[in-house]
Amino acid sequence: MDTRLLLGPTLVVSAILFVLGVAGVLVRRNAIVVFMCVELMLNAVNLTFIAFAQLHGVSGQIMVFFVMTVAAAEAAVGLAIILAIFRHTQSVDLAHINLLKG
Amino acid sequence: MNVTAVVFYVFAAWAVASALLCITRSNALTSALWLVSTMFALAAIFVILNAQFIAAIQVLVYAGAVMVLFLFVIMLLNLEVVPHDWKRWPVWMLGLGLAAVLGATLLPLRNYTSDRLAREISNLPGAVNSNLVFPREDSALAVAQGAVGHIAQPLFQAYLIPFEITSVLLLVAVIGAVVLAKRKL
Repeated sequence: MDTRLLLGPTLVVSAILFVLGVAGVLVRRNAIVVFMCVELMLNAVNLTFIAFAQLHGVSGQIMVFFVMTVAAAEAAVGLAIILAIFRHTQSVDLAHINLLKG
Repeated sequence: MNVTAVVFYVFAAWAVASALLCITRSNALTSALWLVSTMFALAAIFVILNAQFIAAIQVLVYAGAVMVLFLFVIMLLNLEVVPHDWKRWPVWMLGLGLAAVLGATLLPLRNYTSDRLAREISNLPGAVNSNLVFPREDSALAVAQGAVGHIAQPLFQAYLIPFEITSVLLLVAVIGAVVLAKRKL
């Protein structure tokens, strides 16, 4: 089977995963879970890149490679920030991070 | 509907179900494990879509390294599990509503056909040659080079500068993580 025929279904799966990631970022209050939802969104975008790489050349796969590197860097720095916040407020609940609230 | 399509839909359903469980579980540890499950399903879809090398590094880097870092931090912080506060249901409704609007905007993508992007670019004023932007894949060359060689050649030629910049980014991330996480330098 020509897997290029799966382009439409792949884009739908990618859209659903991205929307689930956005919903998670909007409704969850645990900073670590919010962070994992961002990773989920990055994965959804990777799926789109892979789907289009079949049609438009291998550059799409190389872009996924870069997205993964940036995601790894982001996870390292982001989790370090969460650790620093936890040391400050003894919580990772986003409702407790309100220093800028007047 | 042949075997490939059936396998694709099985893994697609697996990915979506795991992602749904990932965003709804109240325990962060359970969420993380469901996210690992999503990433495995995505790796399987990558193999179906002829991206074997990316599937391998998806499992190694994402499901392996990145998610282990998440699990490590969750266990290090030793958070108590806070059950969902159902008094927050307006927030859930608002969030899910906004997400549904975004989903409705994205779903028409399923009508995308293989040549539409190339055609749209060739119709731009200034007429770019779409064959230059999206060169046709030479499948015989891809087989001869193998799964890794096929990616390695453009990565170390056309994308060499971005590749080197990525290594600087990783260095910045290492230094930044140490500076942020250390109590006293």
